[in-house]
Amino acid sequence: MSPPSRLSIATVVVMTVALGLVFFYAPLEAEQGFLQKIFYVHVPLAIIALCGFVAGGIMAIAHLRTRDPRWDMRSYVTIHMSLIFAVGTLITGSIWAKGSWGHWWVWSEPTLVSFLIVFLLYATYQPLRFAIEDPERQARYASVFAVTAGAFVPLNFIAVRLSTAYLHPRVLGSTSNLPSQMALTFLVSLLGLALLFTTLCKYELAAKHARAQLRALRRAAAEREGLTGGENSGAHARRPRSAAPTQYPATAMTAGSPGRPTV
Amino acid sequence: MSTPVPQTRPAPAAQQQADTAAPPAQTGTLSTVAAILRKELLIELRTLESVPGMSLFALTTFVVFHFALNRNNVDGDLAAGILWVTLLFAAMLGINRLFVADADQGGFDGFLLAPVDRSAMLLAKALALLAYLVVLEVVAVPAFALLLLGPPIGPALPGLVGVLALGDLGVAAIGTLVAAMAVRTRARDLLGPLLALPLLVPIVIGGVRASEPLLVLGHTGTPGARWLLLLGLYDLVFGLIAYALFDFLLED
Repeated sequence: MSPPSRLSIATVVVMTVALGLVFFYAPLEAEQGFLQKIFYVHVPLAIIALCGFVAGGIMAIAHLRTRDPRWDMRSYVTIHMSLIFAVGTLITGSIWAKGSWGHWWVWSEPTLVSFLIVFLLYATYQPLRFAIEDPERQARYASVFAVTAGAFVPLNFIAVRLSTAYLHPRVLGSTSNLPSQMALTFLVSLLGLALLFTTLCKYELAAKHARAQLRALRRAAAEREGLTGGENSGAHARRPRSAAPTQYPATAMTAGSPGRPTV
Repeated sequence: MSTPVPQTRPAPAAQQQADTAAPPAQTGTLSTVAAILRKELLIELRTLESVPGMSLFALTTFVVFHFALNRNNVDGDLAAGILWVTLLFAAMLGINRLFVADADQGGFDGFLLAPVDRSAMLLAKALALLAYLVVLEVVAVPAFALLLLGPPIGPALPGLVGVLALGDLGVAAIGTLVAAMAVRTRARDLLGPLLALPLLVPIVIGGVRASEPLLVLGHTGTPGARWLLLLGLYDLVFGLIAYALFDFLLED
């Protein structure tokens, strides 16, 4: 591959600046002290994961409209990465909850509970996908799931928020009531993590693309080996894919015929 | 259970006429829906595969709850929770079986060969699931009142019927979509509930919160408007989503 792209460099730079701001620039919060710094990781992770889920749904719509498998691949990678970020959100949220309330899990915190439900839903995305063999149908069904789940995300947040008494960590209001130093740090962290998300998605897409190409090349090589008459054991193992279908029914019939006349 | 059948009886005649007539005369969506719905209900009436199982499951679950909680009677939020969890899991049985016959015995292929609107399948299956749920509730709610519920069911019934109806619409829409998605995968019995349960969490939230004031001792409450609104919003959004996406599940 080419040397690190501008996107990767930007990600590293902004992430470094964000960490520097978090630890050396942003003031300590009066009530929670050092613990509050996890806010600069937890909230951006949550925002990006949610946006990623919804974006995955939008890409799935694009796939269903255009039938371009690349959109399905983008949707898959975005959802996959969002799922990883959602795990990060749940872990950091849990740590924060332990620090502020003394419990690893707090049901009265609607954002965290909604996240768990969304996470549980999206955790079924890959089992659904890989339970379907046909690649075209796999892409189609995965897209239908992605659109449904993408619409579920906001509705679920409304439902869970309604169901809990309004209780929020004290600093986690809208950014407008944050001190400006905190707001700046938060926005830089958000940007850094968003860049990280994009970079990781890009790399995963590149890896998937490379793997698909490799598989196609291997298949082509195996086929060529089979055509030139290389009947050694290595080629033989792969033969049933390309050459055997003409043989297979015949052997099946001869194997079945001795039983037939007796019936 | 038998009421929908006479209502849809003229449908197959219309279907046959349309089939024997010239090919361009596409069958109307409504008559297709009626024909599929009639087929579903007839199969269910003859095989009794889903609804008796669902009802029996609900009754057994009430017994399990009695022992699990060690309570002779329940009221308020606990009663609402037990009722909804039981109905949801019983519904899951029906959802899992909804498309099995079509996938295994070529029903999908036959349907795809017919010159009809594919959304008709969604509508018919959702209506069939809705009918199963209604029958399930006709059995399970009186049983719940008899076995576990502390306060008398009578005064709560009108409100409860409304809340259950709103919940059923959402369960039918999402259940049909998920069932169609899961049935043609390798692990369909596993994937159906795995997909459906998180998607139905808002229904549980809305349904439990709305029926909770109806089931308290002294039953003074009415369902909170926002919970009914939540259920209605869910029904609308996922009804439209299921309608928009169902066709994509039936392409091959």
